[in-house]
Amino acid sequence: MIRVLLISVLMLLQALSVPEGDSLSSASLRDPVRANAPERESPSGTEAEGNDLNVAEIIFDHIGDDYEWHIASWGDRHLILHLPVIVHSSTGWHVFSSRHLENGASWEGLKIDPEKGKIIEADSGKRPFDISITKNVLALMFSCLLLLAVVLCTARWYRRHDVLKETPTGIAALMEPLIMMVHNMARENIGEEDYRKFSPYLCMAFLFILFNNFLGIVPFFPGGANLTGNIAVTLVLALFTFFTVNIFGTKHYYKEIFAPDVPGFLKPIMPVIEVFSAMMKPVSLTIRLFANMLAGHIMILSIVCVIFIMAKYGAVMLGSMSVISVLFGVFLDALECLVAFIQAYVFTMLSSIYIGLARQKGD
Amino acid sequence: MNLITPDSGLLFWMVLIFGIVFFLLAKFGFPVITSMVEKRNETIEKSLKDAKEIELKMTEMVQDHARMLEEARKEQAQILREATDSRKQILEQAKTDAREEADKIVTEARARIADEKESAMRDIRREAALLSVGVAEKILREELSSEKAQQAYLERLVDEVARENEQVS
Repeated sequence: MIRVLLISVLMLLQALSVPEGDSLSSASLRDPVRANAPERESPSGTEAEGNDLNVAEIIFDHIGDDYEWHIASWGDRHLILHLPVIVHSSTGWHVFSSRHLENGASWEGLKIDPEKGKIIEADSGKRPFDISITKNVLALMFSCLLLLAVVLCTARWYRRHDVLKETPTGIAALMEPLIMMVHNMARENIGEEDYRKFSPYLCMAFLFILFNNFLGIVPFFPGGANLTGNIAVTLVLALFTFFTVNIFGTKHYYKEIFAPDVPGFLKPIMPVIEVFSAMMKPVSLTIRLFANMLAGHIMILSIVCVIFIMAKYGAVMLGSMSVISVLFGVFLDALECLVAFIQAYVFTMLSSIYIGLARQKGD
Repeated sequence: MNLITPDSGLLFWMVLIFGIVFFLLAKFGFPVITSMVEKRNETIEKSLKDAKEIELKMTEMVQDHARMLEEARKEQAQILREATDSRKQILEQAKTDAREEADKIVTEARARIADEKESAMRDIRREAALLSVGVAEKILREELSSEKAQQAYLERLVDEVARENEQVS
């Protein structure tokens, strides 16, 4: 809700402060590199004239990664956090502020590829080894620091207080139900003997996804990065689950995959199917979380953009559509809060079930 | 497309940061919390079980108490009844005793009165006999003072005896 209101208010003010005819282009002007990208076709077809609003670009700008963090705009002024670039190109390591790469400029033989928005070597066009602190990396660091602080504060509360005499207060009271929910889920799905070994990983995955999902809904800095809607992040999470499952798999689990108890003619086929299914589990985990969160962000941004598309159809259309899109935006944000929790829960639940299946001892 | 190609830099940072945070939290965070909460849960479970047992005991005690109360009440009632009975009996006894005593006294009194009466009557009779003998002496002395009167009396007596004899024969 805050995101919708804030973005719409900011953009309306921006639209009003710039002279007529040019008003809607300010968003695209702010990043000329992206604005010139030819393949960004607007799905709503508003890019008929050069000056028109490019909805697709705004949306992709918000959900994508970047070397700078655009925090706010006021008229022609933009509050931008330039993040450090760390690359290893053919000429060695380069560490500098992304300010030097603004507007397609090259620096130390590097520039931002206008098509893909990634750093390339200026002369050869090769992609260097790039571990820059991008917008998503910064958001990741922030959310992980927050997670560390919150969980360690909770743990400190339990160290310093006698749980038998006091009920948890403050942050401990907030975190305890979440952690115990995952802990109990682990016990149910993995089994009484060794769920304790896997419970910390599941708690970590759950809280990590939950924190980042909610921070993604927060519209202003340092939230608003689309971290759980980024396939690299969800892929790493799914791979952690995949390796946990397969490293701690029992003999019985591997026998089920490579030598299942099936009729003779199925013997050669079953291992292929089983291995394929084991491989598909992390893929499905990756895509499920990624697609859900990405779709949520795109939906909310699209609804907000309706306001700016309607601006050229006059005050009546703009007013009525603004009301509708704000109402719809509120609904979508509430929905996203629900989805944020559900997706964290589903990911953890499936991980625990996969681990539980790999830990079976055989009947 | 950009969106579905995992970016190497983000992959690197994600593995690094997630790994570090996971290591720290798995060591100092989650186990502390879960073990403490489990400890608390066990205590609560135990307390609940204890409470249930105590409740059971309490119920038994209450039942015992009620039973004892009931018994005491019964006993009390019985004692009261017995007391009433014995009081009645004592009263009855006392009455009977009193009646018997009274009867005895009355009988004795009656007997004494009868005795007194008897002796009084005897005295009176003796007195009366003495008086009548005296009176008869005096009368006879007066009437039989002359020869003639003596003769006449004798004759009459003889006649009477003779008449009586005739009648008998």
